[in-house]
Order: sequence, then C-alpha cells, then structure tokens
Amino acid sequence: MQTFDLEAQGLRNLNAALQSQTKDTNQTAWEIVNAKGSHAIAVGLDAPIEVTVKGSTGYYCGGMNKQATIRVKGSAGPGVAENMMSGTVIIDGDASQYAGATANGGTLVIKGNASSRCGISMKGVDIIVHGNVGHMSAFMGQSGNMVVCGDAGDALGDSIYEARLFVRGTVKSLGADCIEKEMRPEHIEILTDLLERGESDAKPEEFKRYGSARKLYNFDIDNAY
Amino acid sequence: MCGIVGLFLKDKSLEPKLGQMLTDMLITMTDRGPDSAGIAIYGSETRGKVKLTVQSDTPDRDFAGLDKDLQKALGGDVTMRVKDTHAVIEVDTAWAAAARTVLADLRPNVRIMSTGETLEIYKEVGLPKNVAARFDISSMTGSHGIGHTRMATESAVTTMGAHPFNTGRDQCLVHNGSLSNHASLRRKLRKAGIHIETENDTEVGAAYLTWKMQQGATLGQALESSLDDLDGFFTFVVGTKDGFGVVRDPIACKPAVMAETDQYVAFGSEYRALVNLPGIDYARVWEPEPSTVYFWSHNAAPTATEKAA
Repeated sequence: MQTFDLEAQGLRNLNAALQSQTKDTNQTAWEIVNAKGSHAIAVGLDAPIEVTVKGSTGYYCGGMNKQATIRVKGSAGPGVAENMMSGTVIIDGDASQYAGATANGGTLVIKGNASSRCGISMKGVDIIVHGNVGHMSAFMGQSGNMVVCGDAGDALGDSIYEARLFVRGTVKSLGADCIEKEMRPEHIEILTDLLERGESDAKPEEFKRYGSARKLYNFDIDNAY
Repeated sequence: MCGIVGLFLKDKSLEPKLGQMLTDMLITMTDRGPDSAGIAIYGSETRGKVKLTVQSDTPDRDFAGLDKDLQKALGGDVTMRVKDTHAVIEVDTAWAAAARTVLADLRPNVRIMSTGETLEIYKEVGLPKNVAARFDISSMTGSHGIGHTRMATESAVTTMGAHPFNTGRDQCLVHNGSLSNHASLRRKLRKAGIHIETENDTEVGAAYLTWKMQQGATLGQALESSLDDLDGFFTFVVGTKDGFGVVRDPIACKPAVMAETDQYVAFGSEYRALVNLPGIDYARVWEPEPSTVYFWSHNAAPTATEKAA
C-alpha cells in the first residue's frame, strides 16, 4: 500500500505518480490522505490500480479515468468521474453536480445522493446511485445505463438519445422526449448485473425504465415552435 | 466564479473566533475570485446607537476630525474608530438618516459601506488575504458573518463593486452568479425610491430584497419572490441582524455546500472552505436544493420552505 499525503506532497506530484503507473505495476494499492476537498484528485489514470481517497474531494475527482478503481471515503464535488473511459469510481457519500458527465465507459457508483445533471451527456458509462438524483439528470444522454435507487428530480432524461434509465422511486418530471418504457426480461437481466456491480441490494423488479421516445432525432416540422 | 463563505454561530463560545474562522474560509476561496474581497460581521451593539461603516480612498484627509465635525452638525455624541480605509461611526439611532445627509455634505468622497446596529462591512479591491489583514478581520468577534471574494463579471473592479452589499439596516447580501435583468430592475427600483449606488448586478439583488421587505415581506418571503423576479444565475447568502439565509436559482449551477452542527451553520462555495471548522467531520453536510430558501435565526427555529414549481 502506497500512502500519499496530498497536503505535504501536492497535487501535481500525486497525479504524476498515479499516471506513471503501468498495467503491470507492483504498486497496485494507493491511499490518499488529507484530501480536504482538493480539486482534480486522481485524474487521467490509465492502469488497473486501486486508489482510496480518505475524505471528501473537490471538483473533477477521477476525471478521464481508464482502468483504475477509485474509491472516495467521503463526498465528491462537481464533475466526479467526468469523461471516464473505463474502470470504476465509487463515492461512499454524496456527489455534487454533473457526476459522470460525458463518460464513455466504466462504472460510477454513488452510495449517497447525486445532485443535478448527474450523467449529463453520458456516452456509455454505467451509473448506479443508491439515493436520489437532482434535476436534469441524464440530460442529452447518448448511451449507457443510469440506475437510481431513490427518486429523480425534474426533467429526467431531457432530450435523451439512447441511454437506459432505471428509477426505483418517484420521478418529479420527465424531460422533453423522455418516456416510461416497458421492463422486458432483458432489462431485468441488465439491471440485475448493474445493481450487483453497484453494491446495491435493491430488487430489479421494483424499478421502472425510462428512455427516448425518439421524436427529436430528425428534423420534424412539428418539433419547431 | 466568485467565492462565498458564511458562518452563523449557535454556540456563543465560538464568537471570539468568528473573524478568524471567516478569514480562513475566505482565503481558501481566493482562487474563485481574486479581484476584490469583502466581509460582513455582525458584532456587538451599543443600545440606542447605529453604526455607519464608511470608506474613503484618502482616509487621512477625510477621517481627520470627522467625528467632531459630525458631532457639531448633529448636536449629539458621535464616536469613530478608523481602520485603514474604513471608519465605523456610531451615532444615536434617531440621527441615522440625518447622519447620511450631513456626511455627504461634510465629506463628499466618503462612501457608506453599511448601516446597522450590529453590522459592519469591510471591503476593498485586492486579494482576500490582504483585505482581511488591512482591517484585522481575524481579531473581530461576532455572532455571524458572510464574506465574498469576487471575480468581476457584471461591473468594474472597484471598492463599490465589491460585495457584500448593504441596502437596508443590518441587511447584507453576497452573490455568486450574474443577473441578466438587473438594468430594467434597477430602473424600476429607483423609480420606487430605492437608493442604488452602482451599476453592479448584485446591488440590484440586494435592493430588490430591501424593497420587498419595505413592502412588508419577511426575508424568507422576499427571497422566495426573488426566484420569480430575478433572471440569471445566483447563489445568494444573506445576513440580517439575527439571521442567516441561503437561496439558489432554479437552475442552480453555481456551487454551494452547507454544513450544520450543534455549534454552527456554515456555507461555502466549495467544501474546501469548510474543512478547518471544528467538528466538520461529524457535521451534516449537504448541497442546498435549487429554488429553496434556507434560513436560520437566533430568534426562531430553522426553516426551509420549498418553492412550488
């Protein structure tokens, strides 16, 4: 286990050390102490290492992640796991705005609540939120899955393209072109896997599925004002 | 971007440390806005007196003999404490309005930062660290306070354009965001007789709340109606003589984090601002919801009422 004191050693040294790890590194486990809400912790990683952040983080923790497993033992600020490509980011507490924004792949697990615009423009990531998500979540979602074990705020899935949204609780309102869809056996299967990976014991049968009505795809004079 | 901090103490034993805690929080937020900084402290009160905190770019000239000149013009006791470019003048409550007029005649270059029984506002252009040091904010005691570090967007980088803004007795406001209808609202408020000094959008926000309260609204009601009447992005943190409030616009893209313990309620634009507060590891930490008014008072139980969509 490598322990890194962020306060003493600084952010640039931290990210340089983590980014220089290769896929066959022996330094597979890292612990970051004195995070104190600092920005851009563990960004741009590209190795199958495990990074544990003790305490809460600021903006953009785990951004652009590839391969690494990053766990935050606290809450995360805006833009956690933004543009993740692969790997896993787990937040033990809450996440602020636009968690998992534009992420292409990987898994983002939020054990608490996520704030507004969770999964905005998601492009292939799987996001599992144990609590609630705020307004405009999955706005312009293009691909991937979002699982919300609690409630969703206003305008869920506004202008959504093709992402799958599963919500167990209430949805305050659906955004433009987002509709409730049938839960077929294959969706239960997908959701079962997502819940398992997301460390949630919620039952797949309790969820409803939402997705795109596909009315905004092409130019249609009826879509004009 | 701008950075906001706020601290409302429930535990009186922390009051001697208010200035120190707020200063530390504000310095942490420096990289959100290095243009200017300001801090409002709700401190002690002298019964029957009102404090005018004033500013001058030429304090040596303007503050020399000002207390005596005011005393002569008003005909009563006037005390004055000078702190760098600011001075806190105490006059009898009954003379508060007259003092403003007399002051404008006696020292036309002196500008009023705040009026209040307990409120004092200190603000200047420059880094929070330097501004706080000039006014020795860290030695100040008080029950609550708010601070702001500004990245100027809607008006010039000047002392008058710095936050907090005080537009009613013991009321002040800091803002992160930008208001898009401030010009039309300023005209409307000026027509209604509200005094607005600058071209700054935040001052319009503050004046709007004052106007609403002059019409009989509580601060909570005024904050709720601001959600209908103000266009643009805003996270507001407001102070009153005994209260502390927070509201965010319906889009809520400007960041905000709050923490509450038995000892205090704290606000920061980022969690970083809160990390050195006592007991923060055990505090309830949350992000205030959009279109929702949060308010704490030393006189009443905490309230948070959600605005109907």
